[in-house]
Order: sequence, then C-alpha cells, then structure tokens
Amino acid sequence: MKLSEIVDALDATLLTGEDKLDKIITRCGASDLMSDVLAAVSEDCILLTGLTTVQVIRTAMVAGVGAVVIVRKKKPPQEVIDMAKDQGIPLISSPYSMFVSCGRLHACNLIGLDGRR
Amino acid sequence: MRAILLGLTEDADLPLVKVRLARLTAQSGNFKPMPQLKKSFHIKGRDFIRAGEASINVQNLLKSMDFDPRLIRRVAICGYESEMNVVMHGGDGTLSIEVDNDKLILEITDDGPGIEDIELAMQAGYSTANDDHREMGFGAGMGLPNMKKNSDQIQVESPPNDGTVVRMIFFIPDKGKSD
Repeated sequence: MKLSEIVDALDATLLTGEDKLDKIITRCGASDLMSDVLAAVSEDCILLTGLTTVQVIRTAMVAGVGAVVIVRKKKPPQEVIDMAKDQGIPLISSPYSMFVSCGRLHACNLIGLDGRR
Repeated sequence: MRAILLGLTEDADLPLVKVRLARLTAQSGNFKPMPQLKKSFHIKGRDFIRAGEASINVQNLLKSMDFDPRLIRRVAICGYESEMNVVMHGGDGTLSIEVDNDKLILEITDDGPGIEDIELAMQAGYSTANDDHREMGFGAGMGLPNMKKNSDQIQVESPPNDGTVVRMIFFIPDKGKSD
C-alpha cells in the first residue's frame, strides 16, 4: 500500500517525507530493539517504534528501512526530524498505541518482515 | 591472548585460496588488481548522539564506489552493531574499512576493558548492557550474533585490559563491482 494510505489508516501526522507519499510499502516491523530490525530483512519496510532517538533514524539508514512510525503520539526531538528529512526517510507520528497501530496496518494487509501474515 | 575465529568452513577457505592465486598471478604481471584502499573513522566512547556516524561514513564510501547494495547493507549493519558496542562498553575506538582485491575488511578496535568471555558474548541474548543502553534500543545481546550472521568471517581478540579488536571479512560477489 502507499505511504499516504498508511498515514490515513493510522490517523497519523506526517512529520517529514511529503515527497515520498506515493512510496509502496508491503512489509511492516514493530520493535523497540534496533538490533532486531538490523537482524531482519527490513529493506523498504515500515518500522513502528516507541523510541524517538537519533539511533532510530541511523538504524533506518543502515537497514534501508522505507519509513518510520513513532507510536503513542510521541513527537521526536527536532534534531531527529531534521536527520530524517536530510536522509529522505519519512517520519510519521501515530496517535495510537503500538498494539492498535499494528492492528490497523495488519487489517490493511501489510505483512511482517519475515513475509508472514 | 584470547582470540576466537568463527564462521570458517572448508568452503569459506576457498576464496582465500583464490586471493593467493590472484596475488601470484599479479606478481607474474597478468593480473590487474582492484584499486586498494583503507580508510579509518574515529568512534567516541559514550557519545550516544554521534554513535553510528562512522558506520554511515563507511556506508556512503562503499555506495560511492558502487558496490552491491546487499553487500553494503551487510557491512553497514556489522559496522553499526560494532560501533554501538564500542560506544556502550569500549571507550574510544576506530572503525576502518579496507578494500583488498576480492574482499572488504572491516576492523573495529577500542581501548575499553575487553570482553571477559567471547564465546558467551557470541550467544544471542547475552548482554552486559545497562538500562540507558536499552532505552536507545540496544543492549539486547544481539550485537555480536548479528555481526557473525552478516559477515563471511569474524575474528574477535580481547586480551584482558587491552581493548578489543573485531575483524570481519566480506567476500565481494563476482558482480559486486560494476566497472
């Protein structure tokens, strides 16, 4: 599904990445452990996390993650938003919990990083 | 000195033989070796804001040299995990990348306290990290296992109170270079 549809499904706020709203995302991972993201096949996936540190963006850069969703309506520090913008990684803030955010995207037919539903 | 060499199988040894053959051929004048290069980047201990910059620099360098994206990703993941280990546990350190004929060599050294039990540290889930590390999403005991998984060879040396050296080798796929 398109990134714009993910933003709609989550009633989310796009913090940066307006130019990537047509990007197609098929896989989704949710973790606060960056090593789990680095260990999985996470290229072009969407990553849901409760963390708001610069390490989330660096992990996304290293692993090739397509977009990052911060859950629980958290707003990351400005330097994190700036880094995501500089690196061309869309950053989205979801008002829902990790569980509800995942459930909404699962209902939209996104699959997990291992390809399972 | 405690040292451990992992991931070496008979098959994994074959490319090493190829390297030696390539060098012999080079000496005889019939072989044009790939340009060799070595670059090093500083890692500042306990600087969690800048942690990862050295690995991103290596990633950008390899991208500019047009290596296979999957190979770059593996190198970047290993560099990043290793860099986080240095920042969390090791004090100051250096991350270096070397392009050598048919392989990339990633070496991370630090002047920290060393790893007490390397074999234990290689086990998934074993961690000596604290809550601060975990709040950043690291310290789950997956660093060294992730590095082993993503490299073709890994060697860890950690003599007591004399820092740690992690050396990883990645063989360049035949079509890894587009020139």
